Amino acid sequence: MQSTLFHRAAAGLTSLMISGMTFASDWTERSDLDLRPGVTQVSQEVQNLHTTVLWIVTVIGLLVCGLILFSMIRHRRSKNPNPSTFHENVFFEVLWTVIPFVILIAMAVPATRVLVQLDDTAESELTVKVTGYRWKWSYEYLTYEDDNDIGVSFFSNLATPPEQYNNPVLSGGLFPYGTAKDLVGKDAPEKDHNYNLEVDNKLIIPSGQKVRFLVTSDDVIHSFWVPDFGGKKDAIPGFVNETWALVPEGKEGTYYGQCAELCGKNHAFMPIAVEVVTQDEFKTWITEEKEKAASGPDLTPFAGIDQAMEEGKQVYDSACALCHGANGEGGIGLAFAGTEFATKKEHLNEHIDVLVNGRAAMPNFKAQLTPRQIAAVITYERNAFGNDTGDLIQPADVNDHE
Amino acid sequence: MSTAAATHDDHHDHHHAPTGLKRWLFSTNHKDIGTLYLWFSFAMFLSGGFLAMVIRAELLEPGMQFVDPEFFNQMTTVHGLVMVFGAVMPATVGLANWMIPLMIGAPDMALPRMNNWSFWILPFAFTILIGSVVMSAFGAGNPSAPNFGWTFYAPLSTKYGPASTDLFILSVHMMGISSIMGAINVVVTVFNMRAPGMTLMKMPLFVWTWLITAFLLIAVIPVLAGAVTMMLTDRHFGTSFFDAAGGGDPVLFQHVFWFFGHPEVYIMILPSFGIVSAIIPAFARKPLFGYASMVYATASIALLSFVVWAHHMFTVGMPLAGTLFFMYMTMLISVPTGVKVFNWVATMWRGSMTFELPMKWAIAFVVLFTCGGLSGLMLAITPVDFQYHDTYFVVAHFHYVLVTGAIFSIFAAAYYWLPKWSGIMPNKTLGELHFWNSLISANLLFFPMHFVGLAGMPRRYADYALQFADYNFWISIGGFWFGLSQLLFLAVTVLCAMKKGEKAPAKPWEGAEGLEWEVPSPAPFHTYDTPPVVK
Repeated sequence: MQSTLFHRAAAGLTSLMISGMTFASDWTERSDLDLRPGVTQVSQEVQNLHTTVLWIVTVIGLLVCGLILFSMIRHRRSKNPNPSTFHENVFFEVLWTVIPFVILIAMAVPATRVLVQLDDTAESELTVKVTGYRWKWSYEYLTYEDDNDIGVSFFSNLATPPEQYNNPVLSGGLFPYGTAKDLVGKDAPEKDHNYNLEVDNKLIIPSGQKVRFLVTSDDVIHSFWVPDFGGKKDAIPGFVNETWALVPEGKEGTYYGQCAELCGKNHAFMPIAVEVVTQDEFKTWITEEKEKAASGPDLTPFAGIDQAMEEGKQVYDSACALCHGANGEGGIGLAFAGTEFATKKEHLNEHIDVLVNGRAAMPNFKAQLTPRQIAAVITYERNAFGNDTGDLIQPADVNDHE
Repeated sequence: MSTAAATHDDHHDHHHAPTGLKRWLFSTNHKDIGTLYLWFSFAMFLSGGFLAMVIRAELLEPGMQFVDPEFFNQMTTVHGLVMVFGAVMPATVGLANWMIPLMIGAPDMALPRMNNWSFWILPFAFTILIGSVVMSAFGAGNPSAPNFGWTFYAPLSTKYGPASTDLFILSVHMMGISSIMGAINVVVTVFNMRAPGMTLMKMPLFVWTWLITAFLLIAVIPVLAGAVTMMLTDRHFGTSFFDAAGGGDPVLFQHVFWFFGHPEVYIMILPSFGIVSAIIPAFARKPLFGYASMVYATASIALLSFVVWAHHMFTVGMPLAGTLFFMYMTMLISVPTGVKVFNWVATMWRGSMTFELPMKWAIAFVVLFTCGGLSGLMLAITPVDFQYHDTYFVVAHFHYVLVTGAIFSIFAAAYYWLPKWSGIMPNKTLGELHFWNSLISANLLFFPMHFVGLAGMPRRYADYALQFADYNFWISIGGFWFGLSQLLFLAVTVLCAMKKGEKAPAKPWEGAEGLEWEVPSPAPFHTYDTPPVVK
């Protein structure tokens, strides 16, 4: 995908000519010209309604433009030197008030029907609470079939590494925050196919069962949107909205979506990925997750600093880099590279404390990361970016921290 | 319509006219203030356009290349605010100042000192707003400019807003005061200063649409002021209007904002309807079709605009009954709007048309505004709006009605009345280049936005998934092209202002009707000291 502007222009022109009305099988393929039919019954009804309305407005639009064009050709001065003087006609004026009204009623009827259907969240088999955070989603499984106490929840972060989206060509004034100065002019790595859409932990739901989403937010307003499920619902702090999806059996696969309400700096970097699996697979998965949740955190110590660094980098890139900079240079959050906080021994306890309990704008990560992940990322922050303190933090250190 | 007063006015021309800076700072003359408004709005149009260029440069290719996502959000926010409050609204106020007294045979606006004040507030309001962007780009520590979108939804703008939010609140208050004063001035002028015989139903449609716009402004700008004041107290004085944690409701903010915001949309487009209703009959050489129905349609659009606001917020989770109400009401708006479009087509029908520059822009307006109106009808259909909402489809829709709608009609007005304002015919070659470049580039810029929107690209995104890359490239090219094309208009207006070009007669357009064409070109400093008699 790294191509010159010329290549992109050529490819774009080709796509304009050939993409036509065919539908890409996957949302991440080259984009369609039209609304996607999606995978649920409702999303297909929405798409049918869209097609109907689009045809109606296209015909009206062509009619109006056709009349204007006809008039421009036939009624210009060289063709029609003596203008008429008529300036009212009750019949036509009533006609073009009444006809649009009738067309509107014809559109309102199916629209009302689909809307009522969309509104019906009753009789769901799985309930998932979806919470928007700046800038990630959390999914909490509340009830499944007869089980009202699942207790499985996790966070879902962007998995695209920052090197792929940070490709600055300028530095300084126009790149005011989280300056990526050392990246200026460097060749960025090839962008993944699911660039900006891939996440670390996908939301997993079963096919053939109605899933109810309870949508809310922890901070500002977000909007939960998977286009293939046929609509979006705002995540509003302090309120719980409901929406639902029923993906038919045989349509298992991964469906992507994005946050659709401006929520601050990284609005464009909090995708949604939903993996639809068969009911059997889902039951196996949820049982495993329940057991894991019940058995407490994994406190096995790291074998060495390299292992911790490796795991820490993954955590850092998905959970920390957006605020603290891909290279620890800081941004909304403070900097790590060469700072006293990340290099002096006396700040180590504070460092653990900030992650476990939060501080000011920094949220606490106890709910989002395991002790092992927190230990790994602190180790990483204190040894990467040229810090080289040699500090190795073990999962137990974090777990014991009050 | 005839007048005996026009020539009599000439000898006033020289003694009152002050010169130099004082002429502009202390002006109470509707023509000078109109000129100030028009130049100011054009300067804002170019500034807001520059911010759009930053947005389009960043979106040329996927990945973050030029600005930080945080700065990108400041660009989208301030672009919207500058274009709405700085470019479109002051431009129509400038047209109102210049044309309403001339059209109704009044010597000036009814409240000339207030007129001066309502203009001179604006440069300060926008200095505050744009100052925050300049500080963000170049200031020490880069304090953030407003970054929450022009709709400034709480709690992003309250609890999470940057410090400059308070500058933004002050600036919006100042713009609001300016707008309300301008609106009061129009209402008082139209009701009290019409020439004898100029009954309400004889007024040019531009005066009618502006009168209705003025009532809308007086009704809803205080609501906007209320919204920003509640934000201010939420931020600093411990209230919780929009904070659920204190018993408030973030959705309340959206209700209040859109109760202002939807009528605001018509505030920007109604004067355009008036402009086009003046230009099309002039170049079709045929009276406007359905004058009375135009007036009633404008009034119905204005009334309906108060009961459709929640169609901007279908996804916040309203009860089904509320959603249905707002869907039906919104669909209903297309009836009076359709009446207007059909009336314009009927005005052209069997006319004797020529296509001078104002007519070109006016016809482009009718076609492209219809396109934007029809996508608006699609957005009204709630179940489908759940898919369209907050995507580029919405961006395409409102740029069709605001750029190829409102702004194209303002260009039409400028080409139509520039001979009257300056006494010089706008340069034809530059004007033609400006029109054709703008027409083609605006469509290259805005039409593919429908496609990326339907394909699923959310709006206000600093970076996007790879499947949207091709269209975004073309949209950006269209954007740069459209932006550069506007410099041609700058050249046209500067030439007119420098009095370079063909001298304009009192009535440069053969088929034009109205009192404004009975005074010489350029219009003398004082006109209609003695009112004309309208038969």
